[in-house]
Amino acid sequence: MHEFLTGIFFWIAISVCLVGMLVRFVLYFRGLNWQLDRVAYKAHPKAGLKGAWRSIYKWLIPYGTYGWRTQPAMAAAFFCFHIGAVCLPLFLAGHTMFLESKVGFSLFTMSQGLADFLTWLAVGSMVFLILRRIVLPEVRIMTTVYDYFILFIALAPFVSGMMARYQVGSYEFWLNMHIFFGELLLISIPFTKMSHVFLFFASRAQLGMDFGIKRGGMKGTKMAW
Amino acid sequence: MPEGKYCNKTPINTPEEVNFLLSDTSGSQYYKEMESLDVDTALLWGTIQKTMKSRLKTWLEICAHCGMCADSCFLYLVNDRDPKQVPAYKIQSTLGEIVKRKGKVDNAFMRHAMEVAWSQCTCCNRCGTYCPHGIDTGIMFGYLRGLLYQQGFVPWEMKIGAGMHRAYRAQMDVTDADFVETFEWMVEEMEEEYAGLTVPVDVENADILYTVNAREVKHYPEDLAEAAVLFHAAGENWTVPSKGWEQTSLAMFAGDWAACKMQVESVYDAMERLKPKRMIGTECGHAHRATVIEGPYWAGRENGLPPVESIHYVEWLAEALREGKLKIDPEKRIKELVTIQDSCNYVRNQGLKNATREIISYIVEPGYFVEMSPNKEHNFCCGGGGGFNGIGVFRKQRNKGLEKKRDQILATGAKLVLAPCHNCWDAIRDLEEEFEIGIRWSFLKPVIIKMLVVPDHMVPEE
Repeated sequence: MHEFLTGIFFWIAISVCLVGMLVRFVLYFRGLNWQLDRVAYKAHPKAGLKGAWRSIYKWLIPYGTYGWRTQPAMAAAFFCFHIGAVCLPLFLAGHTMFLESKVGFSLFTMSQGLADFLTWLAVGSMVFLILRRIVLPEVRIMTTVYDYFILFIALAPFVSGMMARYQVGSYEFWLNMHIFFGELLLISIPFTKMSHVFLFFASRAQLGMDFGIKRGGMKGTKMAW
Repeated sequence: MPEGKYCNKTPINTPEEVNFLLSDTSGSQYYKEMESLDVDTALLWGTIQKTMKSRLKTWLEICAHCGMCADSCFLYLVNDRDPKQVPAYKIQSTLGEIVKRKGKVDNAFMRHAMEVAWSQCTCCNRCGTYCPHGIDTGIMFGYLRGLLYQQGFVPWEMKIGAGMHRAYRAQMDVTDADFVETFEWMVEEMEEEYAGLTVPVDVENADILYTVNAREVKHYPEDLAEAAVLFHAAGENWTVPSKGWEQTSLAMFAGDWAACKMQVESVYDAMERLKPKRMIGTECGHAHRATVIEGPYWAGRENGLPPVESIHYVEWLAEALREGKLKIDPEKRIKELVTIQDSCNYVRNQGLKNATREIISYIVEPGYFVEMSPNKEHNFCCGGGGGFNGIGVFRKQRNKGLEKKRDQILATGAKLVLAPCHNCWDAIRDLEEEFEIGIRWSFLKPVIIKMLVVPDHMVPEE
């Protein structure tokens, strides 16, 4: 089981994820239509690019937009979860060692202390987000089983990873579960709402181009996100 | 019954057809017939497949159901935070459903979608600026309106409005002759006060081509004279076209894209015929949005720009004051608390937040201008945009929506609201009528004229 999960299944998962992401990303931009979208993308590329960049980076800064500032608790939970969710898969010691064994190089490795902190922060934020989804009427009305499914896919690698890290029960079992859920997450990225991993950037870029070209960028004013 | 006498899928194109639909008082027969109007599900799904591309599809799919758009919507806030008014919910339960069911929806669903599209959204685009993914639900409601219009599920006044543009190339039954005659008559009325006042018609190669809102001709003709006075005072080489003079687009509110194209092309034709250096529109928000911002795309212009540089009235006014073409008597500046309505269509949606504030710096005594909160790109809709002001069956919902603007104005303490937009002006007028909070409201033209230093060339000879 362990050989399968760290062997062929890993390669399948990572390829499906990377190829799927790339294909959908390219298809997204090829599916933009200047006339139907009513944005002259190709006619004003510089204005478009400036708007796209601004639209993306402003939202990546905690409390960097009116949207974040008017929802401070949600913003906190969002960033606390995502910082861990992005950095842990990339820089956790166990992951960098694994990657090195598979492809020969690895990324920077973060300290165990930082990793533990980010993990608890991410899981705590996730619990807050789940509670928020249940408690707030404006979120509850939108919520479907699918949303909980996505939350499960995101949470499962964390929980199973923690069970292994804190050696609760059988380490081998939880390690395998963690690898399985991690690879399940990778596979889900191109095919589910997990696609926001890359479509966030695509979608924000599109709106940024819209504002950069049509809705003010060419009038010399910057949209105050 | 697929098609009714009044309510059907066929656009109205002639004055006779417009009058026929108008004769059905308040659209009572029209709405009755709508209850039996068939849904052409094949046409609906076919249209979606042809016109829904990456952007819209992704918006519908990628919505994280996070609810961050809720607080951004004035209709959600004034309706006691009714979860059914969350923008994402509103669009997912209408357009989202239509897509999920591949167009297989029934008459009751379409009538419900019509109610949501025209009474639960003014397409102000505020939600799009609060969504982390940048999902602009206002744009999606515009798209939905197009689908509904195509199927005949459109409010009575909107069907008439689109028909007006098709029949008259104006939002009201005002002919080209009506326009020119009324303008000339109003200018004549002011000739004694302002020497040399004229309205040049169809002058080629002028610096400015001026276009208006047809309601000025029918209901507010003094606005036309005021425009002439200000252009004349500024010494501008200006003209109006005898054809293609109307800038607005009820067709846009109706979702009648074909009529939108026809309407803006009449203005672009005037630009191409008369070759002005610039086109300036009157104080109207959606007219600017339709003719200058969205229009080029309906007309197939790949650079997204009209044939000549086109600006909003507030941009010209700011420039004229800045360059000293219009001079203000400082003694006559506004010396009471005053605020300004940032209109969605040219502030949020074209960034003209600074032009109006520059004008204020000339016309308001320092210390008397109070900003609304929120303001600029983040201002709330006036309550009446997107056709809301004009739809009888949704008057109650519109009046509820006005509460947000009422509260914003009350919070400023100002008794005077500057509203350089016909829709906002109407909404604020209506909110005063409804709530009697004791405010006055005004376009910029009359305010400026009251404090203008009349240049020598306009002083009448004794």
